[in-house]
Amino acid sequence: MGELVQELADRIVADNPDLSEVTLVGIRSRGSHLARRIAERILKSVGQTVSVGILDITLYRDDLRARIDQPELVRTEIPGPVEGRNIILVDDVLFTGRTIRAALDGIMDLGRARKIQLAVLVDRGHRELPIRANYTGKYIRTTLDQTVRVRFAEEGDEDGVLVREIRTP
Amino acid sequence: MAWGKRKDLLGIEDLSRDEMESILDTAESFKEVSLREIKKVPTLRGTTIVNLFLEPSTRTRTSFELAGKRLSADVINVSAASSSLLKGESLKDMAWNIEAMNTDILVVRHSAAGAAQFLSRVLGCSVINGGDGAHEHPTQALLDLFSIRERKKQIEGLTVTIIGDIAHSRVALSNILALQKMGAHVRIAGPATMIPLGVASLGVEVTYDMDAAIEGADVIMMLRIQKERQGGHLFPSIREYATHFGLNQRRLRGAKKDLLIMHPGPINRGVEISPEVADGPYSIILDQVTNGVAVRMAILFLYSGAAQ
Repeated sequence: MGELVQELADRIVADNPDLSEVTLVGIRSRGSHLARRIAERILKSVGQTVSVGILDITLYRDDLRARIDQPELVRTEIPGPVEGRNIILVDDVLFTGRTIRAALDGIMDLGRARKIQLAVLVDRGHRELPIRANYTGKYIRTTLDQTVRVRFAEEGDEDGVLVREIRTP
Repeated sequence: MAWGKRKDLLGIEDLSRDEMESILDTAESFKEVSLREIKKVPTLRGTTIVNLFLEPSTRTRTSFELAGKRLSADVINVSAASSSLLKGESLKDMAWNIEAMNTDILVVRHSAAGAAQFLSRVLGCSVINGGDGAHEHPTQALLDLFSIRERKKQIEGLTVTIIGDIAHSRVALSNILALQKMGAHVRIAGPATMIPLGVASLGVEVTYDMDAAIEGADVIMMLRIQKERQGGHLFPSIREYATHFGLNQRRLRGAKKDLLIMHPGPINRGVEISPEVADGPYSIILDQVTNGVAVRMAILFLYSGAAQ
């Protein structure tokens, strides 16, 4: 996983000559762990600090009404204005694309970014919207009967990507 | 987060400490939304909220209306003066008609205690109590908890004094219940005619002396004299009330340095609170109003999912 994060960091550095304009915005909660790690790698490789924010997309979901449990809200915290910035949304897994759709709406409500890009650790396919990542750590071919879970040491787990079959009764 | 689905918010009496903490935590996120340049999120798009306010109100009604609008809900206000109650329609019929227009959430304020509970029984939509007579005003108590927690970090162990017309105040009852559930020590003070008989059975400390009321208090909540709910004659004159139970600079000499002074509004300057105290350094009266919108957004958000 360390290698994948390094690769994402390297490609972000290569594609964005002015890193002072970049804000990495992690979609909470695992996206924000990943955003912090990418920022650490960038700092180590090129010595530049990149600002990092957290975006909670709960309020922008299209399935709020359908959910049985009310999801817990977390404060959105983005340092400085979004206006004119080069925003890179960061998430662990890209699947249907609905989370990213919600995140785009969320970011746009905070101001007019100059550019919005997307970085994900894993792309597992099965998109339901016309959305694609600018930076992808790894493509994993999955079926709809599988779940993909990225584990982070920040959450008390061992780092890793887990693909599991959903057991149907 | 401890949030089991609930249809109605009728009073603090029904809520657990965990549920109240969930509401306060959720409100933190909504406070951030109110600080944005574009103060709106699409969360309750397509949800219809009716504010049925059958008693005068500026703060609570405006606060609920803004809360609903910042969540992108459609909000309609009905007031007593413009309602068909004047043509002889019963409250129940009126509520059924409002529900027949596919209303999702009804916020109700009424002069009769139990009005919200009554409506919750006859309606399938969510009912939020915006104040029922001298009974409860749960959203006020929750925004008061939020405002205290924001300043003091925690509520447990604080001494909170509520001063004024305890007997006729729904804010007092909701706050007593809420503060006690959160682990605060509650003290009440006022003229004997405004302290309800048997109130000590709620576990509150009672005093009729202002200096004793203020001493050692971390928070003081002042209440307005509820002239509309009194038969009159509970005190000789406004001036005498202000002299004995009004909060002014001189009285605060013995107060804690980090005291918070609160008031649910509307304030009667020079009666229960002097202008220099209301506008002074201890006062968080306007913070309460700001926080009210965030807390009501959290309540609309959390209760919206439960309506069938």
